[in-house]
Amino acid sequence: MTIFHSCRGHGTYLQDNKLKASVAGFVEKVGKLICVKPVKSRYNGEVGDVVVGIITEVGQRRWKVDTYSRLDSLLMLSAVNLPGGELRRRSEKDELMMRQHLTEGDLISAEVQSVHGDGSLALHTRSLKYGKLIQGTLVTVAPALIKRCKTHFHNLECGASIILGNNGYIWISPLLKEDAENQTTKSDTSTLEREIVARLRNCIMALAERQMLLYDTSITYTYEASLNYQVSQHKK
Amino acid sequence: MSSSTLSEGRKQFIVDGVTQDCRADGRRCIDFRRFQIETGIVSNTNGSARLRQYGTDVLVGIKAEIGQPKQERSNTGHLEFYVDCSSYNTTEIDGHIGDFTTQLTKSLERIYDSENVLDLKSLTIIAGEQVWVLYIDAVVLECCGNLLDCISIAVKAALYNTRIPGVSVNDEEGVLELEISDDPNDEKKLSIDKVPVIVSCNKIGHRYVVDATQEEECCSSGRLLIAVNDRNNICSLQKSGTGSLDPSTIFEMIETARQAAVPLNQELLQTLKREERSNNDKCGFFAN
Repeated sequence: MTIFHSCRGHGTYLQDNKLKASVAGFVEKVGKLICVKPVKSRYNGEVGDVVVGIITEVGQRRWKVDTYSRLDSLLMLSAVNLPGGELRRRSEKDELMMRQHLTEGDLISAEVQSVHGDGSLALHTRSLKYGKLIQGTLVTVAPALIKRCKTHFHNLECGASIILGNNGYIWISPLLKEDAENQTTKSDTSTLEREIVARLRNCIMALAERQMLLYDTSITYTYEASLNYQVSQHKK
Repeated sequence: MSSSTLSEGRKQFIVDGVTQDCRADGRRCIDFRRFQIETGIVSNTNGSARLRQYGTDVLVGIKAEIGQPKQERSNTGHLEFYVDCSSYNTTEIDGHIGDFTTQLTKSLERIYDSENVLDLKSLTIIAGEQVWVLYIDAVVLECCGNLLDCISIAVKAALYNTRIPGVSVNDEEGVLELEISDDPNDEKKLSIDKVPVIVSCNKIGHRYVVDATQEEECCSSGRLLIAVNDRNNICSLQKSGTGSLDPSTIFEMIETARQAAVPLNQELLQTLKREERSNNDKCGFFAN
């Protein structure tokens, strides 16, 4: 590629007046700028991204969250919806109750609120769709495989809901029943629902192994194609 | 992913799944994950095998060397194990990699270095003086739970692949001289009829699970290593990790492991035989 009409972006270098890729990945063109997005890399956050994360530490008015980015992400106490009352001051009592709300090992879905100068992320869960994830399975794939879509929350027709975190963490859970309003830790997942979740997990891992982009349509098609096989025969 | 920090809700989900006999990946409790095995891929060993599974990669090499017998068993050869996990890291071994590898090495040694498992007498060259010592080295390149079982499968495959060169003893005026034959056809195979594979049985909830993933391993309330051979006999029993087990539980676990081991041993033997027949299409380290 000659350089006369293009700008050098991330993941590229110049050699003998030619622009070459320094990493294996997808080429992205924005106007004249040419970047190569690597297939295997840590997650580079952008504001507004939906992510799934694991709480790793409870600290002073903040939680540290593993989002597969280079640095730990932060979830501030002021950036979560606390039970009871939308807008109220965070008191010292709330600070002491932090571990009851989210503790180490808990999974959350959140949105990237801002990106700090060093690349670490600040998250927020100030919407009803975000929050703690309890019943379901986590699958981890390379972040580059998640296709950016309008929505990353999908209720699939096969009877499961799925959160495609932009950071490569995917959460698959049985559909929440309409009448069961209180989402408790108590499990009432039937074997059928479990098989659906397991099948989806295997489909996603198969797609990821073949480096296919993951979004609702690709997952649904794979799921339908997999119906010819018993889920206990996948064995992966 | 750190396994020691799994939230209560997720643990509950896994335990309930096991109770319903439908695990996170759709397997039943007694199902093993599928694995690929290749033998004879390291040219400077007497026998080698590499086991690959999703997220797991174990390489085993066996070198035969002439050495002195152990004092307590002067008429037989012996095995020396070494497991290297340096490239693999989880919270389980965080900072205690030496302890972890020693534990694995000892478990393997206890199970395999016995006359009931391998015909160690056939490794004798001069009784009481010179014997073959098999150095079995395992390298863990990647691991996704159930490490010991994977190593044991690879060890069994590598033993199947092992060829020991023929040795002749010349008596020259009272001084015994060993001569190792150069003829590639003058080689001895080892019999793996009685060599077991290890099946680790985890107690999760009220059921028993084989080939547990890392997430399942941290929900386990007790683990038993059960070595089962081709004849479906139990060769060894070891309890691993913390947690206590009721005697009746142990019998049920043994039964589960025996059930799971039948297809595992059969599949392994079939794969090895098939591979031996078609010896030229190896992927080796270029396989993805």
